[in-house]
Amino acid sequence: MDGFPILSLMMAVPMAGAIACLFVGARQARWIALLATLADFVLGILLWINFDQSGSAPQWQFQEYLPIFGRFAWALGIDGIALMLIALTVFLMPICIGASWQAIEKRVGEYMAAFLFMEVLMIGVFAAQDLFLFYIMFEAGLIPMYLIIGIWGGADRIYASYKFFLYTLLGSVLMLIAMMWMVHEAGTTQIPVLMAYNFDPHIQIWLWLAFFASFAVKMPMWPVHTWLPDAHVQAPTAGSVILAGVLLKMGGYGFIRFSLPMFPEASAELAPLIWGLSMVAVVYTSLVALVQSDMKKLIAYSSVAHMAIVTLGLFAFNRAGLEGAMMVMLGHGLVSGALFLCVGVIYDRLHTREIARYGGLAINMPKYAVLFLLFAMAAVGLPGTSNFVGEFLSLMGVYQVSTWAALVGTTGIILGAAYMLYLYRRICYGEQKNADAAAMPDLSMREMWLLAPIAAVVLWMGVYPESFLAPMRPAIHALEARLASAAPAGDSKIEMGAAIPAGDGAAHETAAHGEAH
Amino acid sequence: MIQLIVLLPLIAAAIAGLGNKALGKLPAKIITTGALFISCALSWPIFISFLTGNAEPYVAPVFTWIQSGSFDAQWALRVDTLTAVMLVVVTSVSSLVHLYSWGYMEEDQDQPRFFAYLSLFTFAMLMLVTANNLLQMFFGWEGVGLASYLLIGFWFRKPSANAAAIKAFVVNRVGDLGFMMGIFGTYLVFNTISIPEILEAAPAMAGSTIGFLGYRFDTMTVLCLLLFVGAMGKSAQLGLHTWLPDAMEGPTPVSALIHAATMVTAGVFMVCRLSPMFETSQTALGFVTFIGAATCLFAATVGTVQNDIKRVIAYSTCSQLGYMFFAAGVGAYGAAMFHLFTHAFFKALLFLGAGSVIHAMHHEQDMRYYGALRKEIPITFWTMTLGTLAITGVGLPLAGIGFAGFYSKDGILEAAYASGGAGVGAFYVGVFAALLTSFYSWRLVFLTFFGKPRWAASEHIQHALHDHGHHEHPADEGAGRDAHHDTPATGTGGYRPHESPWAMLLPLVALALGAVFAGFAFHDQFIGSEGGVAFWKNSLFFDSHLMHAAHEVPTWVKFSPFAVMLAGLLIAWLSYIRHTDWPRRFVGQFGVLYQFLLNKWYFDELYDLVFVKPAFAIGRFFWKFGDIGFIDRFGPNGFAALVVQGNKITRRLQSGYLYTYALVMLIGLAAAATWAMTR
Repeated sequence: MDGFPILSLMMAVPMAGAIACLFVGARQARWIALLATLADFVLGILLWINFDQSGSAPQWQFQEYLPIFGRFAWALGIDGIALMLIALTVFLMPICIGASWQAIEKRVGEYMAAFLFMEVLMIGVFAAQDLFLFYIMFEAGLIPMYLIIGIWGGADRIYASYKFFLYTLLGSVLMLIAMMWMVHEAGTTQIPVLMAYNFDPHIQIWLWLAFFASFAVKMPMWPVHTWLPDAHVQAPTAGSVILAGVLLKMGGYGFIRFSLPMFPEASAELAPLIWGLSMVAVVYTSLVALVQSDMKKLIAYSSVAHMAIVTLGLFAFNRAGLEGAMMVMLGHGLVSGALFLCVGVIYDRLHTREIARYGGLAINMPKYAVLFLLFAMAAVGLPGTSNFVGEFLSLMGVYQVSTWAALVGTTGIILGAAYMLYLYRRICYGEQKNADAAAMPDLSMREMWLLAPIAAVVLWMGVYPESFLAPMRPAIHALEARLASAAPAGDSKIEMGAAIPAGDGAAHETAAHGEAH
Repeated sequence: MIQLIVLLPLIAAAIAGLGNKALGKLPAKIITTGALFISCALSWPIFISFLTGNAEPYVAPVFTWIQSGSFDAQWALRVDTLTAVMLVVVTSVSSLVHLYSWGYMEEDQDQPRFFAYLSLFTFAMLMLVTANNLLQMFFGWEGVGLASYLLIGFWFRKPSANAAAIKAFVVNRVGDLGFMMGIFGTYLVFNTISIPEILEAAPAMAGSTIGFLGYRFDTMTVLCLLLFVGAMGKSAQLGLHTWLPDAMEGPTPVSALIHAATMVTAGVFMVCRLSPMFETSQTALGFVTFIGAATCLFAATVGTVQNDIKRVIAYSTCSQLGYMFFAAGVGAYGAAMFHLFTHAFFKALLFLGAGSVIHAMHHEQDMRYYGALRKEIPITFWTMTLGTLAITGVGLPLAGIGFAGFYSKDGILEAAYASGGAGVGAFYVGVFAALLTSFYSWRLVFLTFFGKPRWAASEHIQHALHDHGHHEHPADEGAGRDAHHDTPATGTGGYRPHESPWAMLLPLVALALGAVFAGFAFHDQFIGSEGGVAFWKNSLFFDSHLMHAAHEVPTWVKFSPFAVMLAGLLIAWLSYIRHTDWPRRFVGQFGVLYQFLLNKWYFDELYDLVFVKPAFAIGRFFWKFGDIGFIDRFGPNGFAALVVQGNKITRRLQSGYLYTYALVMLIGLAAAATWAMTR
């Protein structure tokens, strides 16, 4: 595939589809959108197959470079991290289109166009190699999301989009200023070059904070998370899926692509800030999730808690933490997307997100109950599902730098079980309380086709995560090497007892043995 | 072969679970039960080959699971003596429980789901016991937790069953927090999670210190205690025990398999598997001994006053697990595993027997409404009596012949005494708990099978009679077929219990054989000072000197369990057969103590007050005052108020925000581009 601009093609296909959707009727628009996203999915598979995962492969592959003006260029290229996130995007997009098949009835063409345009921008974010190209994609990606919430959203959509807008704007202005300074300083807009550029550690702090303002909102991290529950509640089902599935991953991607490699010293210095915010987020948002009576809000708050595990893993500065954080992002993208689809399934039937209106669905919707249970268990981080791999590695990574952060982060597995099982119990178990809920039919064939593929990937990722870890390994390894000099020392310093001097040698032996694997 | 043993239950579970209604009841039952019996038939030869010393431990690799730098978790199946013991326990009890469920769940509409869960549980348990690294053990650990959750809540329409299921899962997760932290710490210290590599390197780390939560501790103590917290959760030890009695909401076969014979013993298995690691920290072992002895005593006291037949056995299980733990704590891992082994048979027998009684009594579980059942359900009576003889440890101390519990429990007590130090304390606690064990076990038998029938007052029995009398309901639960309304209500209420079908009786008989002979047949291999070394082959830490010393303890030590067993029997006989007013007078005399025990030392109330209620209250506070009252008020809403009065801004932004946003972005970009080009 050398030289073939597959990344541009992956952006061109949905772009063409988006334009076409604007000019056709509802029925055609649905089919065009579905075909375009499926075509992109096929291209995504080709991309993955042709991606060279070996250790000797170049870090950046499928590079394209087309100068536009000055230093500003159409520069694309991916490493394993970007590949996985693009794969997540193109996998979720057809499912989103499918989820909107019947739920969206007004202005279908525009809706499909907005979704396809968002796909273009999301792929652009992950593939961009030019700083300003990234910025455009990163910020513009929100415009279709605003439209989706603002036009096809729920009753309170205006307040939700206002909050969304305000938080994001403040962050992005600071980030843009920082970017301009960086380009001025380093004399290049190329992200790979910037990733290796050593900025003055004092200035790094300011740059880091400016990027942090933007990424923390996107994550979202506590305390700038309050836009997320509102946005999710108001967004249509597919909007929630793509918001939780992909848009939330942009913050994490930003940290792993910019903050960590470009400002390693600042990252290490400010890591305690991230740990602190993440620790608060895990406990705080989990407890808030426990008391929600709105299904979407509950899942939205749980997303904040899960994203806190991502930030903990990222700022562990070691392989396990970084790989774990990426796996949480992928796993959470699938699982929270699937959970929002599960909410959508029953919302479409009863038009309420009030948990108390449901109950006993395992009786009349057994297939639904099984799939919902699988995704709930995955969200809880049960081993054998995607989320466990990521959460375990992240927390293990952070344990090596801070036992406190690991301990508080791990309480998330208790609280997560509490709120998820409590939710599941109220929806699927118990007696059937309301006649209308009891009369709801089980999953249709279309809904099975939306949920079953996600279920399969969730299990695949849980049992054989190697498929997903392998492509990312070289990129993570490079990042770990970049961070090695700045990485903070852990608080678990082992001191050998005086009584057994031979112990030290034995410990080193095991260490060497471990490395040999 | 080991692959087949482990995977057959999974395949069966998948077929029965996914096929569900489409597959039908009978095929689902045949597939799952058949798979389990094949697994069981394949497991016994492995055990026997280890028993005769003809087998060598090996590891069968499957494929890679998680690799991250030096962190390497493989799917692999380890077979050694310890695993072989667990293999026969798990597959034997599981296959018998599958068979038993044919009868017990006969009338349930959801049988394929039930059998799928049972098989899924068995698969997870087998993954746990064959684990060669800590992470796979954790996989099995959580897998059995999932199956336990699903099976406790199997009757998902019952609110109490749902609550119990969630409680079981969440309390177990508290333990899992410790387990996970233990794995993190172990990996940090040893740079591997492979169990053999850890055990090899562990002695060298003895005496070293490690930073943990800002303080410095002995490395091995921290690691062992963290892992032990996991064991405490799974094995329902004091503090994390509250889920086990509630778990009795699940169908009785589930209680027998999961909450008596297999899953709850996983903690004991873990401590034995990691015994060379625990041996490096006397502090950790002391803690294990203390928790074990405390649980043993606590659960036994509560067990003496419970009225629900399943709860008595549940607390009994909890108490017996305490025995296993303090055996491990004093270094007698062989004795702990031996008690685990014999306990699996007699406790599963007692549970299944209780299920048979419940089946006969039309779902009545309160022993106050039983009585005089020995003639009505003789096979259940006789097998349960054998189980009771086994659990109370009936045997002749000097001749060395007795029921299963005689060998294993006395072995534990003797080893505890012989170990000295904290072990002697544990010995006294254990002997006292043995007195209570004997009392509550015989109390159960006397209340259920002896005395006069007290069935008439039971609502369940009334229900059965009522249903049958007024409308000929063919699908009625089958009980009370011979009931006649005209029978005078002399305490029976006209109800005729009936013996259970053969599918339920056969497992009872099979397990009764185990309860009688398992101790006699295997005690030399499990706890003999020489036989043990040859049998265990380093699969656990076997202290031959301790086991030798245990055989040499003073005669009074050997006789004390025997004496308290007789005393307990005597007290139970006096209280429930000879002077049936004694219990009432005791309650009158010691009302406070009785209430304290009846309410399980008020643990549930305490936890509700300290953890559950505050969690919801704090959650509500964070939401209303944190998110809405503070962050939003001074964040986005405050900003709005600042720029434009009131909430006009929202209206204004509605029309203009997109354009403003796009404009800001474009201006920024233009500025950036200019800057980049002209500098």
